[in-house]
Amino acid sequence: MITTLIRRAIQAGFVVIAMTLIVFIGVNVIGNPVDILINPDLNQAERLRVIENLGLDQSLWRQYLSFLHGLTQGSFGDSFVYGRPALDVILERLPATLELALCAMVIAIVVGLPLGLYAGLYPDRVSSKLIMTGSILGFSLPTFWVGLMFILVFAVQLGWLPSNGRGDTAEFLGARWSFLTGDGLSHLLLPALNLALFKTSLILRLTRAGVQEVVMQDFVKFARAKGLRENRIILVHILKNLMIPVVTIIGLEFGSLIAFSVVTESIFGWPGMGKLIIDSINLLDRPVIVAYLMMMVVLFVSLNFIIDICYTLLDPRVRLDGKG
Amino acid sequence: MERKLASTTGSPEGVVTGAASEAPPPPKVSAAIRRFLSEPTAIIGVAGLTLVVFVAVFAPLLSPQNPYDLMQLDIMDSRLAPGSESFTGVPYHLGTDGQGRDILSGIMYGLRTSLIVGIASAFAAALIGTTAGLMAAYVGGRTESFIMRLVDLQLSFPTILMALMVLAILGNGVTNVVLAIIVAEWATYARTARGTALVEREKEFIEAARCLRIPGRRVLLRHLLPNCLAPIIVIATMQVARAIGLEATLSFLGLGASVTQPSLGMLIANGYQYLLSGLYWISFYPGIALLITIVSINLVGDRLRDVLNPRNAR
Amino acid sequence: MTPLLDVRDLVTTFPGRGRALRAVDEVSFQLGRGEVLGLVGESGSGKSVTGFSIMGLVDAPGRVASGQILFDGEDLAQLDAETRRSLRGRRIAMVFQDPMMTLNPVLRIGTQMTETLHAHEKLSAAEARARARDALGLVGIPSPQERLDAYPHEFSGGMRQRVAIAIALLHRPDLIIADEPTTALDVTIQAQIISEFQKLTEEQGTSVIWITHDLAIVSGLADRIAVMYGGRIVEAGTITEVLTAPRHPYTRGLIRSVPSENTRGTRLAQIPGVTPGLGRMPEGCAFRTRCPRATEVCSERPGRFGDAMAYHRCFHPHEEALA
Repeated sequence: MITTLIRRAIQAGFVVIAMTLIVFIGVNVIGNPVDILINPDLNQAERLRVIENLGLDQSLWRQYLSFLHGLTQGSFGDSFVYGRPALDVILERLPATLELALCAMVIAIVVGLPLGLYAGLYPDRVSSKLIMTGSILGFSLPTFWVGLMFILVFAVQLGWLPSNGRGDTAEFLGARWSFLTGDGLSHLLLPALNLALFKTSLILRLTRAGVQEVVMQDFVKFARAKGLRENRIILVHILKNLMIPVVTIIGLEFGSLIAFSVVTESIFGWPGMGKLIIDSINLLDRPVIVAYLMMMVVLFVSLNFIIDICYTLLDPRVRLDGKG
Repeated sequence: MERKLASTTGSPEGVVTGAASEAPPPPKVSAAIRRFLSEPTAIIGVAGLTLVVFVAVFAPLLSPQNPYDLMQLDIMDSRLAPGSESFTGVPYHLGTDGQGRDILSGIMYGLRTSLIVGIASAFAAALIGTTAGLMAAYVGGRTESFIMRLVDLQLSFPTILMALMVLAILGNGVTNVVLAIIVAEWATYARTARGTALVEREKEFIEAARCLRIPGRRVLLRHLLPNCLAPIIVIATMQVARAIGLEATLSFLGLGASVTQPSLGMLIANGYQYLLSGLYWISFYPGIALLITIVSINLVGDRLRDVLNPRNAR
Repeated sequence: MTPLLDVRDLVTTFPGRGRALRAVDEVSFQLGRGEVLGLVGESGSGKSVTGFSIMGLVDAPGRVASGQILFDGEDLAQLDAETRRSLRGRRIAMVFQDPMMTLNPVLRIGTQMTETLHAHEKLSAAEARARARDALGLVGIPSPQERLDAYPHEFSGGMRQRVAIAIALLHRPDLIIADEPTTALDVTIQAQIISEFQKLTEEQGTSVIWITHDLAIVSGLADRIAVMYGGRIVEAGTITEVLTAPRHPYTRGLIRSVPSENTRGTRLAQIPGVTPGLGRMPEGCAFRTRCPRATEVCSERPGRFGDAMAYHRCFHPHEEALA
C-alpha cells in the first residue's frame, strides 16, 4: 500500500510539472508575454526595464527555469490591479469560495444521495419517476440562468433573501466565514443552492444507477435469505458498496464545484476566487490569472491523490492489490 | 464462387469482405427509427429540436426585426414589457431589452449563434478526439500511453476550468470560445473511441485484416471506425447540448460573443442588470429558449443511447 | 405426524407478454424432518424459483400466485412480511450457487456472520463473535478466530461456500434449501463440501432440499427425489423407486443421459430437441413435443397419478424397471 501511495505521489508530481509547462507555454509562447506580464500603463523605458527584470530577453529554457523558481517561492508577481502579490490576493478569497463549494456539496449529498437511493430501490413508483424527471431538468437547466431566476423569485419578487455579497462574517480559524452569522447564512443560501443544483442531479443519478446494480447482486438476496431487516440491507449491504463510486465522484466533483463557482460567484457577487478570476480576465490582470491557474492545477492533482487514498481505504480488494 | 476465386488468387479484398460480413448485419434503418420513436420523450425531443433548428435556420424570415442591425433599433422602445407595441405600432411579443431590441428576434438570431457554436465545436472535438483515440488503440505502445496520459490529465480538470485557461491565454471572442470548448471536450471522445476500438481490435476480422497486411489506414477507416461510430454519435449529441450550455455560460461571463451580435447567453447577461428592477423578460425568455434547446438535445441523445447500444437491443 | 414442509399446488408467476407465465406450476411435495429431497431439473425448469418461493424471496415482478406452503403446519404464503423475515435464516436457511457472489465483498466475514445472529436473537457482540467463530470451525475453516476479520476475497471459492454454509447453520435451522451449492466448485472440493454438508445436517437433524441438475449428486445424497420439467414436478418418489423404475419418459431420458460405467462403449442417450422457453411451453404435457410416447391425449393437462409421496404426471408411463 505504501509503495502504491509513493507511486501515485510521484505521478502527481509529474502532472504538476507538466501543467506548469503547459501554462508557461500558453502564457509565454502562444500569448505575448510582454502583453501578458507587463502592466500596459507603463511607458517605454519602464517596459524595457521590466522586460529585463522579468528575464524576457533570455532563452525560453532559462525563462522556464526561473518561472519554476518563482513558483517554488510562491511568487507570481504583483497584481496590476491590487498592487500586491497575486497569490496573496487569491488566498484572501479562498475561504469564501471554499465555504460556498462545501455548502453546495453538503446540499448535493444530503438531497441527492437519499433521493437516488429511493429512486433506485423503488424504480416503479410514480414518485421515483418524478425524481428522475426532476434530475434531467437539473442536468439541463443552465446554472447561470437558474441563478438569475433565483434572484428574480426569492430576492426581487418575494424579497426573502439577499442576492448580493457575503453578508456579515465571523472569524474562525484565522479566516472570515459567512455561515457563522444569521445574516451571512441568508446570503449563502441562494448561491449554495444554485451551485448545488447540477451536482445534486449528478449524485442522484449515480446513486440510483449504483443501487440498481447492487440490488441485482446475489449477496443482497443472500442477506435477505439470512433474515436481515430491510434497514440493515439498505444501510449496510447496499450503501457500503455504493460508497466507493459515490465518494470518488464527491471528491472529483468538489474540485469542479470550486471551478464552477466562477459562474455562481459572478451572479451573486460572492467575493471569492471565481469572481476574482473573471474580473482579472476582463481587466487583463495576468499575474493573478497565472497564479489562479497554477493553484487550480495543484488543487486538482491533490484532490485526485486524496481520492486514490480514500479508494484504497474503502475497497478491501484494492488494498490487497496494492500489497502485491 | 467468386469469393473463392478471389481468395485463391491471393487478393486480400475478397477475404476481408468475407470475414467482415460475418459480423452481424446492421439493423434496418426504418426499424431503428420506429424503435427510436417508441418512447414519448424521444418524440418530444425530436419535436423540440426540429422547432429550434427551424427557427434558427429561418430566423431572417421569421423574426419581426433584425436585432443585429442597429439602424432598426429604437432607443425609445427600450425595456418595453412583453405584449407592448412599438412607437410605430409593431407588437413586441416578448418585450424589448435595454437597447430597444425585440427579445423574440434576439432569441431567433441568438439561437443561430448558439447552434453554430455548439455543433461546430462538438463536431471538431469529435473529429480530433476520435482520431486520437483510434490512433491510440491501433498503434498502441508509446503513442497510446502518451495520448491516454493526455486524456487522463485533461479529464481530471473540469471543462469550465479548461475553457477559462484557453480564454485567459487567447483572449475573448466567439472563435476562441469554440477553441476552448474543443480543448475542453476532445478527451471524452478519445477515451470512448479507444475503449470501443480496443474491444473491436481483439475481434477476429481485424486480426485477419492485419495478418493479410492490409494497410493500417484502411483497417482504421474501414473496420475500426464504423464500429466505434455508435457511441461517438451518442456522445456528440450530448456534447452539442453541453457545448451550447458552455458557450452560453462563457458569454454570460462576458468572455464570449460580441455585444452587437448576442448569443443566448449574452442576451441573458444583458438582462441581468435589469433583473433587480423586476424587468424579468429580458433574461427569462432567452433562458427558456436555451432550456428548450438543451433539453430537446438531451432527450434525443438519451434515446439514441438506448437504441444504439447493442446491449439494450431486444 | 405432519411433515415439516408440505407444499400444495404452488404456482409462481412472472408477467409475460399479455399473460402471466407460470415459472412454478402446481408444484406439490412433502418433506419430513431430517429428510433430504433432491429437486432435479434442467436450468429454467423452475427448481430455483420453487426454492425462492418457499423462502419468500421471489424477485418482483414475480409472485406466488396460489397454493399453500405449509411449514410445520403453518401456511407461509399467508404470513406477514415481518414474520416471514423472522423465519428466514433462523428456521429456514438457504445456500446459493455461486460462493463468489453470495458474500458481500466490502464486509468482513465476521460482520456478515454476527449480523445474522443479531437479526434473530438478543445477544452481546462478544457472544455473537464466539458463536460465529465456532460455526466457522465446524465447517472446517482453519484458525477461525483470525478469519473472522478477513474479507471474502481473501478466501478461495470452496472456503467461501463453507462460510456460506456456516452462516446457514448458525441458527440450527429446521430446513436448508441448497440451490446447486457445489456447481461452481472444483470436483474434488465438491465431494468434500457435499460430505461435510451431509454430516452436519445429519447431526443437527436438518431437513434439506437439494436443488441440482446433477442426478449423480442426488443419488448419493437424497432420500427422495422430485424431477421438474417446464415448471411442473413430472415425477416424485423415493430415490430407489425413481432411479430404478422411472415412470415418466423425461426422467428416463435424464437417467439415460448420465454417463456411467456399464454403458461404456455404447452411445450416450440424448433427449431429442431443446427445452422450450417459458413462454413457448406447449399446452397440456410440457414434454410432449420431445416425447417419443406422446399421443393426442397428451395435449390435455396431465394430472397427478399416485399419492402425495410418490406420483408422476404422464398419460403413458413406463411400467418396467430400467435395464
